[in-house]
Amino acid sequence: MSTRTATVEAPVQQRDVLNVAAALPTAVRVEGVSQVFERGRPPVLEGLDLTVAAGEFVCLVGASGCGKSTLLNLIAGLTKPTSGQISVSAERPALMFQEPALLPWLTASGNVELALRARGVGRADRRAEAARLLRVVNLEEHSGKRVHELSGGMRQRVALARALAQDSKVLLMDEPFAALDAITRDVLHEELTRVWAEQGLSVVFVTHNVREAARLGQRVVLLGSRPGRVVREWQVDVPHPRTIESPGVGALATEITRELHREISRHGR
Amino acid sequence: MAGDDSSGRPGLALVERQDVENRDVEAGLDALDASPDLPAGPGLGKRFVRSVLPPIVFLALLVGVWELAYLAELKPSYVLPSPADVAQKFWETVQDGSAAEAIWTSLSRGAVGFAMSLVIGSLLGLAMWWSRWLRAAIGPIVSGLQSLPSVAWVPAAIIWFSLSNAAIYTVVLLGAVPSIANGLLSGLKQVPPLFDRVGRVLGLSALGRIRYVLLPAALPGYLGGLRQGWAFAWRSLMAAELITYSPNLGQGLGQLLNIGRELSQMSLVITSITLILAVGVAIELLVFAPLERRVLTRRGLTAR
Ligand SMILES: Nc1ncnc2c1ncn2[C@@H]1O[C@H](COP(=O)(O)OP(=O)(O)OP(=O)(O)O)[C@@H](O)[C@H]1O
Ligand SMILES: [Mg+2]
Repeated sequence: MSTRTATVEAPVQQRDVLNVAAALPTAVRVEGVSQVFERGRPPVLEGLDLTVAAGEFVCLVGASGCGKSTLLNLIAGLTKPTSGQISVSAERPALMFQEPALLPWLTASGNVELALRARGVGRADRRAEAARLLRVVNLEEHSGKRVHELSGGMRQRVALARALAQDSKVLLMDEPFAALDAITRDVLHEELTRVWAEQGLSVVFVTHNVREAARLGQRVVLLGSRPGRVVREWQVDVPHPRTIESPGVGALATEITRELHREISRHGR
Repeated sequence: MAGDDSSGRPGLALVERQDVENRDVEAGLDALDASPDLPAGPGLGKRFVRSVLPPIVFLALLVGVWELAYLAELKPSYVLPSPADVAQKFWETVQDGSAAEAIWTSLSRGAVGFAMSLVIGSLLGLAMWWSRWLRAAIGPIVSGLQSLPSVAWVPAAIIWFSLSNAAIYTVVLLGAVPSIANGLLSGLKQVPPLFDRVGRVLGLSALGRIRYVLLPAALPGYLGGLRQGWAFAWRSLMAAELITYSPNLGQGLGQLLNIGRELSQMSLVITSITLILAVGVAIELLVFAPLERRVLTRRGLTAR
C-alpha cells in the first residue's frame, strides 16, 4: 500500500482505493445497498457501495440523519437492507453503539463476561479473559464496579472491552466517543489505535467529528444525504504517531469539512 | 504490516512508547472520575431517632388515648377493653401457643399460596408479553381482577371446593396472580429495546437473550409486582380464613379472629388483628424491602 496525497480528485481517488481493496482480502463489502424505512418516503440509503479491506481503519462522516447508523446496523446484521448485498468476513461483527449500552445490573467485568459467554467461553476462562480485556482498556482496578459507579469515559471503555471480547476481526463503532470531553477522547483515540494495530482489526468508525476521522482513519469516507451514498473519500497519509493537533490531520479535516459543507448546502438550494 | 509506516498503521514499538504516557493520563483521569467514598450513612443513634422513634411515640400516644377512653367509660368494657386487658390476652395467646400455631398455619398457607401465584403469575405475565393477541384478550380482565377485592371470590370458592384448603388457595391465587402477572408484564415492557439489540450483537440466542438480558432488565418491575402480589395474597388469605371456618382447616390468624368475634371477646379480636398486622409488616420489612433495595442500589436506581 503506498501513500498518496489526500487531495486527489474524487473519481480517481475512488478507483485507486478500489484497486487497493481488490488486492487485499475484504472485511466488509457493501454493494448497491438501499434502505427504505417507510413506503413512499425517499430511501435513506440508495445504491451504496463500500468496501473495507482486511485490517483497514475506515472512518465514515456525514451530516446528521444521512444514514450512518442505518448503515452500521445493516453491516452488523441487526436489520436487513431493502435491496443490495452485504457481506462481512467475520461471522459476527462487533458493534459499539452510540451510547455505552452496558447492562446496569452487571459489573464492568460482568458486561464483558456476557460477551464471552455468548461466544461459549467456559466459566473459569471468562473471568480471566474479562480481566485481561479490562486491562487492555486500563480499567482492571474498576472491574468490580457497577455501571452507575463508572464515569462516562469509563463506560465507553468497558463498552470497548466488551466489543473486543466478541473477538471479531471486524469492529463497527457508532460515534462511540461523541459524548466525551476532549482529553478523555484523546486517550481513547490512542487506545483504539493501539488495539487496532496490535490485533489487526478492520474498523468502521462513524463520527460527526471530522478531525477525529482524520486523526484515526486510514481512509475517510464522506456519505451524502438523501439519498445516503458515498460522495467522496480520502486516503489519510499523515504518519503515526498522530494526535488530533497534528498539522496533517488539521489540514485534511479542513478539506473534508469544506466538502461536507458543500454537500449539506446542496440540499438548501 | 506492523512497523510499516507507509501503510498508515503505526508500528508496534511506537505504539507502546506512546502507551506509557497515555496510561498515566488515563490513571489521572480515572482518579478524578472515581466517585470519592461517600461519608458513612447516618449513625445508628441518628437512624433510631429518625425512623424507629416516631412510630413508637405515636403508638404510645394511641394507647394513652385508648386508656383515657377506657377510664372515661365511653363504651362498656366488652366493647372497649382496656389496653391492659388486651395485653394480658395477647400474652395468654402467646403463652398457650395458639398465637404461634395461628401464625404458622397462616404463614405456611400464605407461603404456599404465594409460591403458586408466583409460578402461575410469572408464566401468565410472560405469555402476555409474548403474545400480543393474548395481551389484548386477557389484559383488561387481569387488570380488572387486580382491583376486585378477592373476598368477593370466597362464596364462589366455597361452593366450588366446599370448606377446604383448595377454596382458600383459590381465593389467594385470584388475589395475587394478577398483580404478579401485571408486574412482570410492565417490567418487560419497560426494557429498553437497546438491551435486546446488545444481546443480538453479542450473539446470544433467543433463549439466552431472555435469560441474560430481558429477565434481569425486567427485575425491578417484577419485584414491585411480587411485593404487591404478596400484600394481596395475605389480605385474601385473611378474608378466606375468616369466612371458611372448619375444624379440619386448622386454626389460622383469620380463624382466630373469627373465634374472637363468635365469643364476643374484643381483646382476642384486637390481639388477632395485631398479629395479622405484625406478620404483614414483618414480611414486608424482612423480605421485600431489602430485596427491592438491593436490586435498586445495585443498578444505581435509588439514593442511598
Ligand atoms: N427505524 C426507523 N424507522 C424510520 N426511519 C428511520 C429509522 N431509523 C432511521 N430512520 C431515518 O433514517 C434516517 C437516517 O438515520 P440514521 O440514524 O442512520 O442517521 P445518522 O446518520 O446515524 O444520524 P446521526 O449522525 O444524527 O446519528 C433519518 O432520517 C431517520 O429519521
Ligand atoms: Mg447515528
